[in-house]
Amino acid sequence: MSANEQELRSTTEPVQFEGWRTFRSGRWQRHIDVNDFLTMNLTPYEGDESFLAGPTEATRKLWDAILLLMKKERDNGGVLDVDTDNVSTITSHAPGYIDRSLEKIVGLQTDAPLKRSVQPFGGIRMVIDACKAYGYELPEEMIRTFTDLRKTHNQGVFDAYTTEMRTARKAGIITGLPDAYGRGRIIGDYRRVALYGIDRLVAEKKEDLLQLETDVMNESTIRAREELSEQIRALGELKVMAKTYGYDISRPAATAAEAIQWLYFGYLAAIKEQNGAAMSLGRISSFLDIYIERDKKEGTLSEEEAQELVDHFVMKLRLVKFLRTTDYNELFSGDPTWVTESIGGMGNDGRTRVTRSSFRFLHTLYNLGPAPEPNLTVLWSTRLPEGFKNYCAKVSIDTSSIQYENDDLMRPIYGDDYGIACCVSAMRIGKQMQFFGARANLAKALLYAINGGKDEKLGDQVGPAIAPLTGETLDYEEVMRRYDDMLEWLARLYMNTLNVIHYMHDKYCYERLEMALHDKESIRTMACGIAGLSVVADSLSAIKYAKVRPIRNEQGLAVDFEIEGEYPQYGNNDDRVDGIAVKLTEAFMDKLRKHQAYRDAIPTQSVLTITSNVVYGKKTGSTPDGRKAGQPFAPGANPMHGRDRKGALASLSSVAKLPYESSLDGISNTFSLVPKALGREADTRVMNLVSLLDGYAAKKGHHLNVNVFNREQLLDAMEHPEQYPQLTIRVSGYAVNFIKLTREQQMDVISRTFHGAI
Amino acid sequence: MKHTGRIHSIETFGTVDGPGIRFVLFLQGCALKCRYCHNPDSWDTEGGKLRTVDEILAEIESYVDYYKRSGGGITVSGGEPTLQAPFVAELFRACKDRWNLHTALDSSGFCEPSHAEALLSVTDLVLLDLKLMDQRGHVDLTTQPNDRTIAFAKRLSQRGNRMWVRRVLVPGFTDRPEDLIDLGSFIGELYGVEKVEVLPYHRMGVYKWQQLGIPYTLVGVKEPGPEEVQRAYRLIEQGRSMASGAQ
Repeated sequence: MSANEQELRSTTEPVQFEGWRTFRSGRWQRHIDVNDFLTMNLTPYEGDESFLAGPTEATRKLWDAILLLMKKERDNGGVLDVDTDNVSTITSHAPGYIDRSLEKIVGLQTDAPLKRSVQPFGGIRMVIDACKAYGYELPEEMIRTFTDLRKTHNQGVFDAYTTEMRTARKAGIITGLPDAYGRGRIIGDYRRVALYGIDRLVAEKKEDLLQLETDVMNESTIRAREELSEQIRALGELKVMAKTYGYDISRPAATAAEAIQWLYFGYLAAIKEQNGAAMSLGRISSFLDIYIERDKKEGTLSEEEAQELVDHFVMKLRLVKFLRTTDYNELFSGDPTWVTESIGGMGNDGRTRVTRSSFRFLHTLYNLGPAPEPNLTVLWSTRLPEGFKNYCAKVSIDTSSIQYENDDLMRPIYGDDYGIACCVSAMRIGKQMQFFGARANLAKALLYAINGGKDEKLGDQVGPAIAPLTGETLDYEEVMRRYDDMLEWLARLYMNTLNVIHYMHDKYCYERLEMALHDKESIRTMACGIAGLSVVADSLSAIKYAKVRPIRNEQGLAVDFEIEGEYPQYGNNDDRVDGIAVKLTEAFMDKLRKHQAYRDAIPTQSVLTITSNVVYGKKTGSTPDGRKAGQPFAPGANPMHGRDRKGALASLSSVAKLPYESSLDGISNTFSLVPKALGREADTRVMNLVSLLDGYAAKKGHHLNVNVFNREQLLDAMEHPEQYPQLTIRVSGYAVNFIKLTREQQMDVISRTFHGAI
Repeated sequence: MKHTGRIHSIETFGTVDGPGIRFVLFLQGCALKCRYCHNPDSWDTEGGKLRTVDEILAEIESYVDYYKRSGGGITVSGGEPTLQAPFVAELFRACKDRWNLHTALDSSGFCEPSHAEALLSVTDLVLLDLKLMDQRGHVDLTTQPNDRTIAFAKRLSQRGNRMWVRRVLVPGFTDRPEDLIDLGSFIGELYGVEKVEVLPYHRMGVYKWQQLGIPYTLVGVKEPGPEEVQRAYRLIEQGRSMASGAQ
């Protein structure tokens, strides 16, 4: 007979910490189980935003100081300062402050705000180039260390890459691979630092290590033991770092201020150690709310003070910076860090996970003004409280700074304590991680199918050498046969390439601290992705429903296409072409599933391009849908610009058809409207946006970025960037500072469909 | 009776032509040639695509949830929808039977009232565009006199149809104080006017005139600012209160 929790507790009295006073007890005390703590202690909030407080004097002063620093950074060409002498580790830098007398939450990546550190474990090349681009030079000594003495992830990957992988990378049929920098997209459960304190976490990890004293020392056990030991070491370093700021985080946090500070130290340690592409935060606002509510009940914290803590914390998150190359910034539009925070959603017990602090975090967009980071992500359910829905819609309309992801779609799969990494990648917090896999260019693969595996830009044989299609017009059945073979090849090559990358990342650039904040047995996914979905769907539709004539160059490669007649286009809720997109998504996912992924990861896929739709477009020749060589793809799962002619709902409906089951790593849709397109009056706009989000969620749409802008405003911002320092727009699964985009990207954003009948 | 309609285009996410989120069906064909028209491509009564009521219903079906959630519905606009009144009536009837959808007719009122009786009986809201009260000005602006429109408005009032009256504010053409006051006093005599909307003239449709090769005669006319719109509302209101005072 098994004992229940009640009986267990009566036999082994849990240690009582001051930090746990008045909390309802549960499994969370005997095990590391933050979700149980949430279920037992969360106070759902069903009201509206009227309780919120504005910024305090300290908040205003501090934010002004930061705005000034950010301006200096922009004026200085994008980077304010670089510490080239010290390799960043958890304990590498002395404490840094903005204005110590004002800061309620402390901690910076280096000893000064916006001073960037060097993080060479992912690849020394990238660091050298980044330094050079901003006028700094890395000391010879450090270059030698990370070239001759200490191997990096990047070097490891290129040691193992095959000829085919290198060629595919060069041609851009697989791109954005995390082979030269940190992979990111792993979320440490930073809440554990606050709830348990470091000592308890270390004790648990030591238990895990003891469990691995097994008879057989095979490769996986050896690796697990080494990783656990590294995790324990990282936790120790975290404690040391906090000490330099004057905090002892060995015990659980006892107040709201401490909880935020402890949690932030955990996150700070992670970003000092890793410059992963996306360093997401998890789902922390409602967790912190429990501490805020307790302090308020005890009379030690006012609403103003609570909001001040949140504002100061968010300022720190807005200051997160990594040293990256200009190429990288061009690919990703500005220098995003994807400090994604997931807000809201429903609990499995039927109660909402919206708390007052869900509002407080969104409210920072008013107290501090709009900003791309942290990447505020609302987990939308049709069952969310109306007050919260309305507030989200209002914030979207006012700031364009939040994105929405469908909790009703994800909760059945990931439970009620998942978060979003990067843009649209859901994972159970502390129980699941992913191997980030960038994306394969399906549009280019279609051209390979037509051109016998030769790259239309390079002229080289990249894919398998098959006979090119030579007919005067393209035959749908024939193209599909070839395309299917080509995708088979691509899926295999892609998976193999990712296996190399993640093997080496684990070996040379292991996320010690983030994994220390995971369970020992965590789920791993191999997060593949596809780009060019709408281009391919429209191309295949054109081949099927119209006449498409390839125009070939002297080499016999199809470099352009003539289309005769009309064809159904993706984005108009037309099953003839939407069905092609659905089948393609499923087919490529099935092909990926055929291959063994590193560490038995579960293959998944995203329909997400970040902003690389511009760069991918540049690298891809003309396509049979009528898109000319070099023109951008549509972002994510969006229809091609201007082809969705029946209005927003038709466009959304096409995207919502894409099956989440075959794209568990997310389906991104960016939606831009002129304000008037939501209605004439402010309250009508809020109501219509809520209805739109509810309707999209009910239709099983996964993700929606909402931008509410006038084209004229964006054009003006291009001409007078200095007047729009905080203008934020959502581009893919994240937001960017509009004025930090390249001119080309700005034009792409402006030329995209703005929904709104004239 | 199965009617077909001449369709200009559809907008699945209409939010400015009636309450809530709406399916807006733009019909092809209009007898007026308003000089500020932003859809001159919808004038030609021979253009567009022929579609059956069932085809349109199939287009609407997947969005009904959005329309119902938001308190929206269907709006038929144009072109001039009353030119195809039997088709619109059948469509509205079907929308009500199937989904109990709210129906709105966006019309210039340039229609013999008797011609639209069946349609009006299945219309929940008429968005009535009163372009100008002044007869001569109306001819100059739209090529047609406005007595049909006036008669149509009176018939709506008599039938008890709910109305939103709209006025496109074109500086120098439709913004004269006397005309706005006249408009107000006319509205004041009508029953069932729930809302008055002043829509600022904009130039976003000018490119269509160029594409069609029709000379655009409102050269140099500026888009009115928010103050001018507010002023127009005030004048209309002034006319309305005068009318109700006289009653």
